[in-house]
Amino acid sequence: MELSLATRSVSDHAVLEIGGEIDVYTAPRLRERLIEMVGAGERQVVVDLGRVEFLDSTGLGVLVGAHRRLRASSGSLTLVCPHERLLKIFRITGLDSVFEIHESVESATTGTRAGT
Amino acid sequence: MNTPPAAVSTVHLAFSPEPAYVRTVRLVAAAVARRAGVADELLDEVRLAIGEACTRAVALHRRHGLMDPIDVTMTDGGRFMVRVTDRGPAESARDEPGETTGDIMAQVAAETGRMPVDEDALTAGVGLALLTGLVSDLDVAAAADGAGTEVRMSWPINRHTNG
Repeated sequence: MELSLATRSVSDHAVLEIGGEIDVYTAPRLRERLIEMVGAGERQVVVDLGRVEFLDSTGLGVLVGAHRRLRASSGSLTLVCPHERLLKIFRITGLDSVFEIHESVESATTGTRAGT
Repeated sequence: MNTPPAAVSTVHLAFSPEPAYVRTVRLVAAAVARRAGVADELLDEVRLAIGEACTRAVALHRRHGLMDPIDVTMTDGGRFMVRVTDRGPAESARDEPGETTGDIMAQVAAETGRMPVDEDALTAGVGLALLTGLVSDLDVAAAADGAGTEVRMSWPINRHTNG
């Protein structure tokens, strides 16, 4: 499945819902969208990976880039990832300690961190 | 019932160094792995690891302006063995695996006229970290014919036997 991107607002957060596959071919589109969102003034960005079927190092690179860009402008990028299959990728690469990862959009937007 | 000795079967792909084909290879590889008898719970890892190896190879080719195809060979001997062979300078392949992500995105961005890349050093090594984290049997070495680098990976196979 190709990449799908949909944006919505939840309280004072901009939620980017991603579906499909994030890889070396589709990652540039995701990157462009995140840059647009930051450029449009969004500072509290939530990236919902709940419908992502595939994520590779290129996709992780894009998320890291957006995370840094937002932090540099006093914003934040929070991830929603309910799937163990994807969480494993964050753990293997050590990026689970870089990102704040929530189980649901609700907990990400209310700031209650799931788990530990 | 007599079971003939398991013959080693092979699937061989060669693809131009285009990012779009990496997905194609992933799909084929997952299908071949399943048929070879790789356990279902390993298929996601197989797909991701082979994708990472191909992404690395595509980035290397593009960095050096090589249009030669990248070779992927899958065999189902005692284990499901995959070899991804590039034609890039071998020392670069070993020294700069982490530059894959940023470099290839810069190439894609340049081609599509989209935003230039500013992904930085923090992303470096993520691809390699994934490969080494996912594949316990991983080997990166000069290709047999000396031209390029070969990433070899293998996974166990559950043979269906009759006793």
